[in-house]
Parts: sequence; structure tokens; C-alpha cells
Amino acid sequence: MKLFAELIRTLDSTNKTTLKVEALTRYFEEASDKDKVWAIAILSHRRPPRPVNTTLLREWATELANIPLWLFEESYHIVGDLAETIALIIPASDASSDKSLNQFLQEIIELKKLPESEKKEYLHKNWIELNYYERFVFSKLITGSFRIGVSQKLMTRALSKATHIDEDILAYKLMGNWEPSKISYTQLILEENEEDYLSKPYPFYLAYALENEAQELGDVSDWSAEHKWDGIRSQVIIRNNELFVWSRGEELVTDKYPEFQSFINTVPNGTVMDGEILPFPNGEIGTFNDLQTRIGRKTVSKALPEKTPVILKVYDLLEWNGKDIRNSSYKERRELLKILVKDVGTSEIPLYLSKNLAFNTWEEVAEERQRAREERSEGLMLKKLDSPYLVGRKKGDWWKWKVDPLTVDAVLTYAMRGHGRRSNLFTDYTFGLWDKEKNELVTFAKAYSGLTDAEFRKVDAWIKRNTLERFGPVRSVTPHHVFEIAFEGIAESKRHKSGVATRFPRILRWRQDKKVEDANTIEDLKALIPK
Amino acid sequence: MMNAPLLVFNEKGIYCEQAKVYLDPWKPVDHAIISHGHADHSRWGHKKYITHHSNVPIIRHRLGEIVVTGKEWNETFTINGVKFSLHPAGHIIGSSQIRVEYKGEVWVFTGDYKMEDDGVAVPYESVKCHSFITECTFGLPAFKWVPQDQVMADVNNWWQQNREDGRTSVLFGYSLGKAQRLLKYLDPSIGKIYTHGAIENMTEVLRPQLSMPETIRVTRDTKKDDLKGSIVLAPPSAQGTPWIRKMVPFVTASASGWMTFRGARRRRAIDKGFVLSDHCDWQGLLQAIEGTGCEKVICTHGYTEIFSRFLREKGYDARTEETQYEGEIGELEAKSEVEKDPELVEKTPENL
Repeated sequence: MKLFAELIRTLDSTNKTTLKVEALTRYFEEASDKDKVWAIAILSHRRPPRPVNTTLLREWATELANIPLWLFEESYHIVGDLAETIALIIPASDASSDKSLNQFLQEIIELKKLPESEKKEYLHKNWIELNYYERFVFSKLITGSFRIGVSQKLMTRALSKATHIDEDILAYKLMGNWEPSKISYTQLILEENEEDYLSKPYPFYLAYALENEAQELGDVSDWSAEHKWDGIRSQVIIRNNELFVWSRGEELVTDKYPEFQSFINTVPNGTVMDGEILPFPNGEIGTFNDLQTRIGRKTVSKALPEKTPVILKVYDLLEWNGKDIRNSSYKERRELLKILVKDVGTSEIPLYLSKNLAFNTWEEVAEERQRAREERSEGLMLKKLDSPYLVGRKKGDWWKWKVDPLTVDAVLTYAMRGHGRRSNLFTDYTFGLWDKEKNELVTFAKAYSGLTDAEFRKVDAWIKRNTLERFGPVRSVTPHHVFEIAFEGIAESKRHKSGVATRFPRILRWRQDKKVEDANTIEDLKALIPK
Repeated sequence: MMNAPLLVFNEKGIYCEQAKVYLDPWKPVDHAIISHGHADHSRWGHKKYITHHSNVPIIRHRLGEIVVTGKEWNETFTINGVKFSLHPAGHIIGSSQIRVEYKGEVWVFTGDYKMEDDGVAVPYESVKCHSFITECTFGLPAFKWVPQDQVMADVNNWWQQNREDGRTSVLFGYSLGKAQRLLKYLDPSIGKIYTHGAIENMTEVLRPQLSMPETIRVTRDTKKDDLKGSIVLAPPSAQGTPWIRKMVPFVTASASGWMTFRGARRRRAIDKGFVLSDHCDWQGLLQAIEGTGCEKVICTHGYTEIFSRFLREKGYDARTEETQYEGEIGELEAKSEVEKDPELVEKTPENL
């Protein structure tokens, strides 16, 4: 634990990527194999199940700090991170633990089974006996997500430096379902073991948004275009008569989509497809809202797939006849994919091809893009015909060309403090639109991105001086500032006060030139809903 | 009928009606008693200033030609029957608490203060009173300072390490107070200490009052090679300006109470944070209040709502008053005054 806490302290002392990679590399060279597996797991967002719920954590930390619970809560809202709050608020200690990271994690896994009183005793003992950084790390391991400004990509790069294994190969090894408590470092990183690969997805190839004019990409005949579907990006694997469905977040979601079980006997073994899970009510593509009902469920009732069925729109083929074909050209992979879908395609099997659009000029591509919303897509994907399937987000061969977002001008009504690097700064905003009849603002969306740091600081300072009321961590503010809010999609919704749900709302710009009365109305918003 | 309170908060500042005097007013007034030299407490435009004599050169430097009277610690001066005196606040050089007494009733206004003796400011002195007007910039139990010698050892180690790595250390701190405190404890045996113009000017003003290591002003003629391995003291507002490019390759650090929060450092894209404040931490505030023996507490700036609620639960008659003091927030965000290096002003394209 000393070494890992020291690593986190070092990562916290620099803002420079090269120094972060250096520190991680040093850690991977020095740490024990068992600790390394855990460090890799933690930094790729795999963690043991939470042994104690956060309500109890707060109570127990508060007891040790000898302060009222409300004061802990207030502090937490300001600090913006539970583990950090705990580490700060409990009386300081210079003690340090000799236990390894692995030992701590084994204990945390065991902790889940213990009765509450023993959990509390264990936490109190460890909180007191750890110094600030160890306490912070320990509490982070218990509270969960370990976001500390180190991406999985950065971690993989350091691991590659320490092991001299290629970064892309490591990325592949780290994909999928492996349990840090059961796997050894040798098995995970060093060994080649074919069986392990049964369920393993390939790293997703991700595109950047198109920055310049499409024309600048060169000869239009070198490119393909297809719709950019608004569902769940997924990789579907059929190997050895088994089906595995992976989401982009590397989550195994096979059980959530029983419809796809029918692929097992229809799609040949040794096939890996890249595609989009889309809602398909009444035989046509639905809205993302329809899909929401399928995402959250852990167990799927019989009725659910009947009410909101899903399909898989495939756009790429990564493995064919058990062979990794990612290095073949996009054009070749598409030819194979077309044959595959054609062979499988009966109305019973929810497998559809994402069609390549026909065009002769960039102007025609642009016209297709304008029609995207009618097709229930977010815009277009441009892919170079001779491109291989790369690892991670890379520029050059694939581009997202989204339709311009819908926008309205809305009034800032409530604000909450942010988390992480926005702790203690009011950055999470709620926006309202006018209800003309009642002459009041109706909440329609929350957004917390889109402003520059400098703008956030300005708005934050203004909020602190113009607070009307406080509701716990939330403040209502004088309606004064107008922001242009952009969103990708819009649908009617009974769950929202405004009667409208917007997809991915964010702040486009601060309209300091507009007065509150110039903001849009709920009616203006509703007029944007596709008929 | 109840008498009006001795001190009231109005739109101009903290006002004593009986003496017709304001304490740290934020709008121009006739008579102002000033706690210390930071911009949110000593503003421009008052007809007459009274402050501790060691603060006189500071506000003269900042505000130019003003009418100002310097007082000693504990020296009582009476205005229309109201007795005033200044007492050390330990915040920065020349920082005072202001004691106000009338007909046996005593109020103390802290301005900004800290409990730790930093060897730079005259240390905080507890003053008995009935009503205590306090800042609570860091009025949350998450704030706990470590002793200064420990922090400064960390700062010097950081500098030493950067020097060995062939980098320049750029350390941000407010030009009045924090910069001189850092400077005093930097170890000149490690290397040369450079200063941003705003800091150098203020340091020159304070040298007669405080012994500090030698500094070199960064100017147009400063060679990049000379800077390598040195430390550069700069105001927070210098971050991200063209001025700092001269220091490449450099690492940055900030010395502030806000560096307690990991997020505060990350958001500013600063490499390293040193938790060093000229304000009280949570325990410091509670100790100070207890030490005064007061019954009433008025919180002026910082986490006022939270802190006063906690005090009420402890049995104090505590409340919050709106002021325009910014505490260390102003220090870190450099909102209170844009510090420009006079040496370099004419070089910016807008001025050409």
C-alpha cells in the first residue's frame, strides 16, 4: 500500500503526462506481481464490490471526526469527493501501514461478508492507522470509482514501457472479464492463452468529430458514409456456440438482450461484429428514450423485449472464421459482413446491416447528413475504404459528422457544486424555459459542460453572490443569465416536468447579450419534437 | 428601547455610528480604520486612513498619496467617546484586529488572521470582547494546517528536486504577504531566487521591516539559462501568461489553503500544491473564538453559513453578515486586482 499511495501522491504532484507515465512505469517495475494486477484493475475501473454503503461510511467517518453529520455532508458537497472528505476530516495521523495493496483488497472483499459492527471496527481501525494519502486510497477502494486523472490509456502506455509489450496488445489483454483476485500477473499480462480469449472483445476503434470541411478529406470515392446510430455501441461475439455482448464501456451485457441469443445457431462460430444496439418498437427505429428502459434493467422480464424490442445494426466485422481480420481494409471487411448478414437475415433474427449510402460527390454526402434526423440517426460516419480497424481513438480514417444540434436559449435557475476538478465550484446547472401563460420558468434540462474554465469561474462567483435559497447542496439563483443550450435529440416524456426529454444537453455559449425575457418558451421547445 | 449596536453593517462597510468611522469599508468614506493591506480590505478613495504604522508603507505603495495615520499596537485612540485600538492579527505584516469599546461594551473585528506564528507578521494576540466579528475563509473541518516548517521543508525539497531534473520552479503566491513569507524561508543555498515584478516591488517596500534572502527581478534581459534550476516567485495571475514562457522547462506550484482540495489544484492545472495559508484553519477559528470569551460572533466571509450554524449549535449567538471581503479566494483567483508586471506592460501587443 505504501508504494501505491506514493504513486498516487506522485501523480497528484504533476500535471504533465510524461511525468505521470514515468511514475506509473516505475510503479510497474517495482511493485509485486499481485499488487500490479490490482493496480491495473483499479486504474481500468475494475473494483471489488462495495462492502459498505456510503450512508454508513459517512456516519462512521463522522463519528470518528467527532462532528455533527450535517457538517460532514456540507463538507462533502464542497470537497466534492467522498474518499477525500473522509481522509481530510478524520484527525490527521503520521502512521503508515506495511500491508500490501493486495492484502488490503483481500480484506475489503472479505469485509462485505462481515456483520456491520465488525465492518465499522475495521474501518475505524484502518482510518486511524493510515496517513493522509493511504487513507485517501483506502477510502477510494471502498467507495469505488478511482478517477484520479489517469486514463486507462496512460496506464497501458506505462505498462507497455515497463513490460516492453506493445500497447495495442496490452489493451487487448486487458479487455473483458477478468477478476483481479483470481488472475495472476503472468496470466493476465505475460502468458498467451487461447482459451482466455473466448469471451474477449477487441478494443473499440473510436472516431473524432470532423473538424474541417468534408471536402478536405480528399477524393470522395475513397470514402464510405453511413448513418451514425444513436444506441449502444456494442461488440457481439459468437465463439464456441456462446454469445457475448460487450458495451463500449467494456461491460458484459449479454443477459440484458436475450433477443440476440438467436445469433448462436445462425451466425457462424468465430465471428465478432461491431454495431449498435437500437430500440425497434413497431418495426422501426425508436428514440434513445425507448432504449433507456432496456439499459437500466439487470434482469429482463418476458414482457420487456416484447414491449421494447432491440435489434443489432452491424457496421463492421472484426473476426471472421475465427480469424482476426482487423488489418484487412474496411472495404473487404464490409464485403464479408454483407454476405454474413444476407445469409443470416430472416425476419426472426434481429440482425441488420447498417447500409453504406450511395453518393458521387461530397455535396451529396452533405445532403444525406441533412436527412439524418428523419432516419433517427445523429448524423453520418465517414470511413476510409482502405482503413484497418484501429485501437482506441485515432484521427484520420474515421470521422463522426454529426448533424448540427438543436438549440434553445434558457435561463439559469439552479446551481450545484461540481465534483473532481470542479470541486467547490458551482458548475452543475439547471435551466428553465418560459411558461408564457403562468409567466414562470419551467425546468427543462441540466447541463454541466460547455463553458471554459474562466467562464465557469465567472458564473461561480456570480452564483455565490446571487443565491436566493439553499436546498442542501443546491442553490436557486436570481433568473438573470441566459445560455444557449444545445442537445442532440428531443422526445416527449411524462417523466419530465416540462413534458420533454432532451438528449445530451450541454451549454453551447453564454448569451450575455440576452435578457431573461429573451429566453425561449416551452412551446418553442415542443415545436422541435419531430412529428 | 434597546440601543443601536456599536457596529453595524451597511452598504459601505462596517460602521460605528457613534464615532462616524468605518472599519475596512468597501466604498469611499471619510474616516476608515484599516486592518491590513490586501485590496479587499484597504480600498482606494477614503478621505482619511488610520492603520498600524507597519501597514502604512504597504498601503502608500498600493494606493499612492493618501492621508494616513499610523498607530502602535495597543495604542488607544478615542473618537467621540469611542475607544479604538489595534492588536496583532498574525495574517501578514502590519495586519491588525480592530478593538472598539464604548461604555464598557467591547467589539473586536479581526480582518483576516491566523493563529500560527509565521515569524513574519507579529503573532495573533487574543483580545477579550463581547462581540467578535470574524472571517471564516476556511471554516470547514476539512481544513487542517500542518506546521509551517514542515511545509517549507517540502517546498525546498521540491525546488531541489526540480533543480536536479533541470527544471525551473515557478511558485505562485499573492504578492503581498504570501510571497514574503515564502521568500523568508526559501533556502538560498539551493539556487537563485527570481521574482515577478509585482512581487519584487512589494518586497522592496517590506525589506526595511523584514530580513529576506536576496532576490532578482525577472526582466526582459533575464537569460533563460540563468533561470534554469532557479525558483521564480510569481502572483497567481501570472499563470498561463506569455511571461511564464521564459521559464520553460518549468514546473508550477501554488501555496494556499485551497491546495487542501485535490480538485482545486487540478482545475488550475498546477503541478504541485502546498497547503500554506495566512488564514485560520477550522481548529484555529474555534480556538480564537473561545479565547476571546465572546458571546456574539458575526461571520463576515468564507463558509459563513456553515460555520455560524456550527457555532450556534455550540451555544454562541452567531450570525452572518454580507461583506465584500474575499479572503483567500481573492488571493487564489486574483480577482481583487490584476497584477501586471510594470516592466513588461509595454511589451504586450495591445499596447503597441
